[in-house]
Amino acid sequence: MIPIDYYLWLSAVLFTIGVLGVLYRRNAIIIFMCIELMLNAVNLVMVAFSAYLNDASGQVFVFFIMAVAAAEVSVGLAILMMMYRNTRTTDINVLNRLKW
Amino acid sequence: MTLNLFYFLSFLAIFSALLVVFSKNPIYSVLYLIITFFAIAGHYILLNAQFLAVVHVIVYAGAIMVLFLYVIMLLNLNTEDEPHKSNLLKFAATICSGLLLVVFVGSLKGTEMIVQNTTGTGTIGLVKNLGKVLFTDFLLPFEIASVLLLAAMVGAVMLGKSEKTLISKKP
Repeated sequence: MIPIDYYLWLSAVLFTIGVLGVLYRRNAIIIFMCIELMLNAVNLVMVAFSAYLNDASGQVFVFFIMAVAAAEVSVGLAILMMMYRNTRTTDINVLNRLKW
Repeated sequence: MTLNLFYFLSFLAIFSALLVVFSKNPIYSVLYLIITFFAIAGHYILLNAQFLAVVHVIVYAGAIMVLFLYVIMLLNLNTEDEPHKSNLLKFAATICSGLLLVVFVGSLKGTEMIVQNTTGTGTIGLVKNLGKVLFTDFLLPFEIASVLLLAAMVGAVMLGKSEKTLISKKP
């Protein structure tokens, strides 16, 4: 089998790309997608450890993460629709009233 | 052979994840993210988690990404003239994530020493074993997850309603 540290490196890189996307872009939809990317990086580590330790609990955790991600996306996109209806944009710099 | 497949899938995942961040058009971002998810599903298959790979493709590529595409097309966001952050902020974002990567490198540096005793038979990811674990050890979290999904559904419907109908319903 492939050594487990390869998977650790891969998911570290994927998580970093997700963080980069959240910090880099202003479009709220892209930010959501980068959050999904980070969740997937964590899922990959969980599956890798579950396979290498021969324990199914890690894969069950991945199911729960998927359920939470689905809930998060549905509510988040509904909030995004509402934001677009009020401001006609998905730029996060418009919503700066909670800053400071 | 397996290692080459691993390298190919990793390259595909990282490359398309970078394109998600840097492509101009949001539609292209969604499509590249779907490629990333397929690559990650390929990794799951390499790790003998076949059922999880299938569920991953169905849930992520089939449901969540379709939701993203639907919202982008509904909001008419498939243009390339969206506002970008200033160059200073982009530079700061790159530096920040680079520092995070340095932290990861520092913490993962000794992991190649891990002794791997893979005595598994590769059947851990089949639906039989997963179902057994899910419905015995994780029964309560499973039920709570169903409540969470119900709450998310109610919340999405509530938020997605237009304001006018909400106001007119009030006495």
